[in-house]
Amino acid sequence: MTAQVTGTDILDVAREQVLERGVPLTQEQVLAVLRTGDDRLQDLLALAHEVRMRYQGPAVEVEGIVSLKTGGCPEDCHFCSQSGQFTSPVRSVWLNIPELVRAAKQTAATGASEFCIVAAVRGPDEKLMEQMREGVAAIRAAVDIQVAASLGMLTQEQVDELVDMGVHRYNHNLEAGRSYFPNVVTTHSFDERLDTCRMVKESGMELCCGGLVGMGETLEQRAELAAQLGELEPHEVPLNFLNPRPGTPFGDLEPMPANDALRTIAAFRLALPRTILRYAGGRELTLGDLGTRDGLLGGINAVIVGNYLTTLGRDPREDLALLDELEMPIKALNETF
Amino acid sequence: MFADAGAHGPVARGEDPGAWCGQCGVALVDGDHARCTRRAELEPPRFCVHCRRRMKVQVTPGAWTATCIEHGTVERSTWG
Ligand code: SF4
Ligand SMILES: [Zn+2]
Ligand SMILES: [Zn+2]
Repeated sequence: MTAQVTGTDILDVAREQVLERGVPLTQEQVLAVLRTGDDRLQDLLALAHEVRMRYQGPAVEVEGIVSLKTGGCPEDCHFCSQSGQFTSPVRSVWLNIPELVRAAKQTAATGASEFCIVAAVRGPDEKLMEQMREGVAAIRAAVDIQVAASLGMLTQEQVDELVDMGVHRYNHNLEAGRSYFPNVVTTHSFDERLDTCRMVKESGMELCCGGLVGMGETLEQRAELAAQLGELEPHEVPLNFLNPRPGTPFGDLEPMPANDALRTIAAFRLALPRTILRYAGGRELTLGDLGTRDGLLGGINAVIVGNYLTTLGRDPREDLALLDELEMPIKALNETF
Repeated sequence: MFADAGAHGPVARGEDPGAWCGQCGVALVDGDHARCTRRAELEPPRFCVHCRRRMKVQVTPGAWTATCIEHGTVERSTWG
């Protein structure tokens, strides 16, 4: 125990407020957590883990993701290798329906309950919606897995259509807190993103909405992202650590230090006690094997298995063995937290 | 099924590493590709090692496929 522990110590406050009463940390409180030193990190992770266990339980939600349409996106998200505006080596490519079903089967074979279909677009056009109709129907006929989607900004008609297809969850990240967003994306606004998030929530689909950290934002702006996510109350928050992509405006940034990433995980858990908090992109680079374990014992309760959209992940057997060792069962299909 | 089984494929193999780096697209004889070698653990190749063309690369949860219009397609499983 360090000398810092006093009546107003932020971890003491968080223990009483979040763990005992279930009240999320405010933006200022998240900032105070993000400012704690490495000497408090183990205590912080332990507290975040207790919060996760109390409000979400030991199960871990496992998901696979696949890119239905890769590259050539007209938007300019500065972290993204799929933007057509940068000199990234990623070329445009479409996945066909048999391969999409094969990917869903591979994912289901790991015990995963979620399969998310992603497209690099501003929003879906009719060709993409047609592929979705066919692809979701083919998956649902052949594979026992919940289908989620991430297709950019939606119209109300598209929201309704995705509901009709049986898409149960929709991903649309805030990417960054409102004040840092213009440094990350200039081709659309934070409010446009919020519009889609709100339509998804009202539709009955589960909202999956997270962001990236390590993009040069201040700790204040990182706390702002946590608070703005908290206001939206998404069902799931995927947390990405910037993996600097060659050719993108953020390509020369250094990956975030592992301890900062772990503090962020714990702080987000304390801001979002009842939300699924998922390891998304960048964990291999930022945290490695040891950090992956620390995060699962520090607030994370969901993982993406296998590869990402354009980069490779860990062998799923390593993740599944780790969950087994930590005595964290894989969340079963249709089980709710 | 895939060109990997033939004499040429767009991806470096022991017997024929090609002339270009699959990760950064620079000639293997030019510069230091140690970082590219490390990156290859978390990235599929993007450039054909024989002709330096950018390849069409599809990543799926358990594999990746890379296609050069000149040198064909290679699929690699990334699960076990
Ligand atoms: S909208 Fe999506 S695919 Fe397009 S640049 Fe932004 S993050 Fe990348
Ligand atoms: Zn290279
Ligand atoms: Zn070639």
